Amino acid sequence: MSDRYSQIVNSLPGRLIAGRVGLPQPTPLERHRPGAPVLAGRALLGAAPGGRLAGPLAKALADAGVETATVDADELRSAAADAGLDAAIFNAGAGGEQRFKALVFDATGIADSTQLVELQRFFHPTVRRLERCGRVVVLGTPPAACSGARERTAQRALEGFTRSLAKEVGRGATVQLVHVAPKAEGELASTLRFLLSPRSAYVSGQVVEIGPPVVKKAPAVDWERPLAGKRALVTGASRGIGAAIAETLRRDGADLVLLDVPALASDLAAVAKALDAETIELDITEEGAPAAIAERLSDGVDVVVHNAGVTRDRTIAKMPEERWSTLMEINLSSEERIDDALLEAGLLRANGRIVCVSSMSGIAGNSGQTNYATSKAGVIGMVEALAGDLAKRGATINAVAPGFIETQMTGQMPIAIREAGRRMNSMSQGGLPVDVAETIAWFASPASTGVNGNVVRVCGQSLLGA
Amino acid sequence: MNPKTRPVAVVGGNRIPFARSNSAYSKASNQDMLTAALDGLVDRCSLDGERLGEVVGGAVLKHSRDRDLTRESVLGTRLAPETPAYDVQQACGTGLEAAILVANKIALGQIDAGIACGTDTTSDAPIGLNEDLRELLLDANRERSTGGKLKQLARLRPGHVVPAIPRNEEPRTGMSMGEHCALMAAEWGIGRDEQDELAALSHHNLAAAYERGFNADLVTPYLGLERDQNLRPDSTVEKLAKLGPVFGGPDGTMTAANSTPLSDGASAVLLASEEWAAERGLPVLATFAEGQTAAVDHVHKREGLLMAPAYAVARMLDRAGLTLQDFDLYEIHEAFAAQVLCTLRAWEDPVFCRERLGRDEPLGSIDRDKLNVNGGSLAAGHPFAATGGRIVAGLAKALQERGGGRGLISVCAAGGQGVVAILEAPGDGATAKKTTKGGKR
Ligand SMILES: NC(=O)c1ccc[n+]([C@@H]2O[C@H](COP(=O)([O-])OP(=O)(O)OC[C@H]3O[C@@H](n4cnc5c(N)ncnc54)[C@H](O)[C@@H]3O)[C@@H](O)[C@H]2O)c1
Repeated sequence: MSDRYSQIVNSLPGRLIAGRVGLPQPTPLERHRPGAPVLAGRALLGAAPGGRLAGPLAKALADAGVETATVDADELRSAAADAGLDAAIFNAGAGGEQRFKALVFDATGIADSTQLVELQRFFHPTVRRLERCGRVVVLGTPPAACSGARERTAQRALEGFTRSLAKEVGRGATVQLVHVAPKAEGELASTLRFLLSPRSAYVSGQVVEIGPPVVKKAPAVDWERPLAGKRALVTGASRGIGAAIAETLRRDGADLVLLDVPALASDLAAVAKALDAETIELDITEEGAPAAIAERLSDGVDVVVHNAGVTRDRTIAKMPEERWSTLMEINLSSEERIDDALLEAGLLRANGRIVCVSSMSGIAGNSGQTNYATSKAGVIGMVEALAGDLAKRGATINAVAPGFIETQMTGQMPIAIREAGRRMNSMSQGGLPVDVAETIAWFASPASTGVNGNVVRVCGQSLLGA
Repeated sequence: MNPKTRPVAVVGGNRIPFARSNSAYSKASNQDMLTAALDGLVDRCSLDGERLGEVVGGAVLKHSRDRDLTRESVLGTRLAPETPAYDVQQACGTGLEAAILVANKIALGQIDAGIACGTDTTSDAPIGLNEDLRELLLDANRERSTGGKLKQLARLRPGHVVPAIPRNEEPRTGMSMGEHCALMAAEWGIGRDEQDELAALSHHNLAAAYERGFNADLVTPYLGLERDQNLRPDSTVEKLAKLGPVFGGPDGTMTAANSTPLSDGASAVLLASEEWAAERGLPVLATFAEGQTAAVDHVHKREGLLMAPAYAVARMLDRAGLTLQDFDLYEIHEAFAAQVLCTLRAWEDPVFCRERLGRDEPLGSIDRDKLNVNGGSLAAGHPFAATGGRIVAGLAKALQERGGGRGLISVCAAGGQGVVAILEAPGDGATAKKTTKGGKR
């Protein structure tokens, strides 16, 4: 599904006109198809000397079946061999038409600003070899976990590099920085798979934090159906992003409980029927809602996705209290109450997941959306506030922050605002509900035991609030 | 059956200078060249009228009329006509494989002495009838009546006259060996400069070998050539750097100079039991200690076409209980500079050694000063089946010259094959040690 602008601009006459008038010509983004490999092409693995992730990265790449070449550095070659990665050598001077679908760089060895030049050395000869919809993943150490001031400075600097490179690569390619905390080296698999695959089509310029695992022993997962045997609640599931989340979690094997307001009962039933799901027809702001949900989930639940949300736009000068409060109740307060109810009753199962839906507005702010942005920034606060407590319980909480996603909601925007929203990002196009859903599925995966307290934007690296 | 084996001596060798294709030897046939190489060896080792146990040889590009090329060649030499012979063919490994076969019979006591030899011409190459024409002629031949024959021949069309010239193409991939090697060079990250350096060094080493008379008892002049025609003593990296790529596309790294040229020539090497040599007062230059072949799946498993020697050497080392560093000299056939460099890099590489060779540790690197010290195929040229004989005789002599030691031979071949061997010379390399310590000889 692509929007009309993309269709027109990508048609031949459209391309000519768009080229003349300087309109951006979006690259059709590749998206995941069941059974497709993690990476449809070769990866190139590089590292700054002295890094600590060569081994874990090589292992994760080998396990994911990614055909990998490495630069000719002994440390890296040995790590690759230990991991069972049958890697070819890449030497920029060797010529040949070598192209890569992904460039992966371990920057954890950079301990001083003078060593940041390793980024230039690796990417300068390779970035032009990145294929359409390619992937760049740079891995570093969380600055706060660095031992000295120099290292912390240099590691913090990486973010400027990845965010800029994300704006340079073009052609549907994405660039991310992954902070891997000490003792989290074994937690790369689910995140690397997500970031390398077309599942992360609309995620770019992000910083992902991987910490030590929240459970002692991460379960072995079937990567095609990681949620098999898991029970997932999705709110606001009758349409839009919520319906896409339901479909994606079902694809990954989850048994679904889908919730929406009674007014949309028939829409909800249609979605549920196709996905073999249970339904809860309920307004989450109702007095007894948390208890009712806990009651329906009395056997426990593995994944809770707080997707239900609304906008009630007005500038603050024109905003009546009722308009403010209804929104705040739906988007934030009811979520807090539901979490409390489920946690108090001990219904979130071991290695459980809470996934929230924030918004770009919650990060960047938006005129006419003081109420909405407050609620969505509050969602981020909720993630930050609960992450520590949930980790102790062996569970995680994370949020996605969608940018411009093509839904009914955005379809009703005035065209000028809509076009601006679509184009003002590195991908020059809006995302699809499935892009948000795939990101949620990554958070929800039982393998994502090291991913906690993250807020990841699904915004094509929007210019707003970057 | 003889339960014991005995040492096999490399007694001597001879070859004709190698010529560039369609040049000095353009009118010489494989049989002419092989006969010349054998006769030179007969002279050198006083084999006039001698009935040898066996002569084994072959050619890669062979005419159908050369059914028993080696036997026919032997009949033209001054060896006793009662000397049996047979042909072998294993692409560029033919010459070395022939030596392994002769050595094995000697080791088993089945024969006392034999010659391994090989020849190839790319000038007098066999041209086949176009397949349609061949079928048409066979059809005509099957007709009984003249009318029937004429009817068949009436099918003759101009297109039928286009000959089928043998192509330097891998049958299962449709790619030339050079294109295959370019893929390997890219996979192993082999740069242009290192290839050109290897090529220039090959020329310098071969030129120096001729200068100090090293080849005087290895090469016999033929048809006006005294030295290998391809040799460019003044070759430099700077000059080589000016050449454009011939394989691997516009930004390829393989040129006409760091790839072997098509060439013509023949070689022969005499192997015998130590007693047989002693009885005739012939020297034992070295013993033929080990031989090994290996093949890779370049068709389905994407292994490099010319990587088989890397596997063969690893297996042979294990069998012989040696490490890659236990050698005083290395002879790696320079089919392409990139092939040699890929092989060396593969042995150093932990990934290749673990994943493909199944070893915990890489085989490691070699002392490059011990590699192809008297020049290699890039300088001498590479008449396919003649290369093995050139290398065995040259390495045996070099080992003897340095007062003993151990040498490794590695030859890559079409079809994803490799043939490798070990030669050992009695002595501790005293001459070599003296040379390095005492300076000039
Ligand atoms: N579409 C975008 O571009 C975009 C951008 C950023 C964030 N988001 C967020 O994504 C989420 C889904 O958005 P969407 O675009 O699919 O919107 P949508 O309006 O199509 O879907 C929201 C769903 O939530 C349900 N819902 C609303 N109030 C509810 C209540 N009180 N109780 C139960 N269910 C309720 C609605 O019935 C609806 O089915 C929202 O949280 C939204 O804020 C969307």
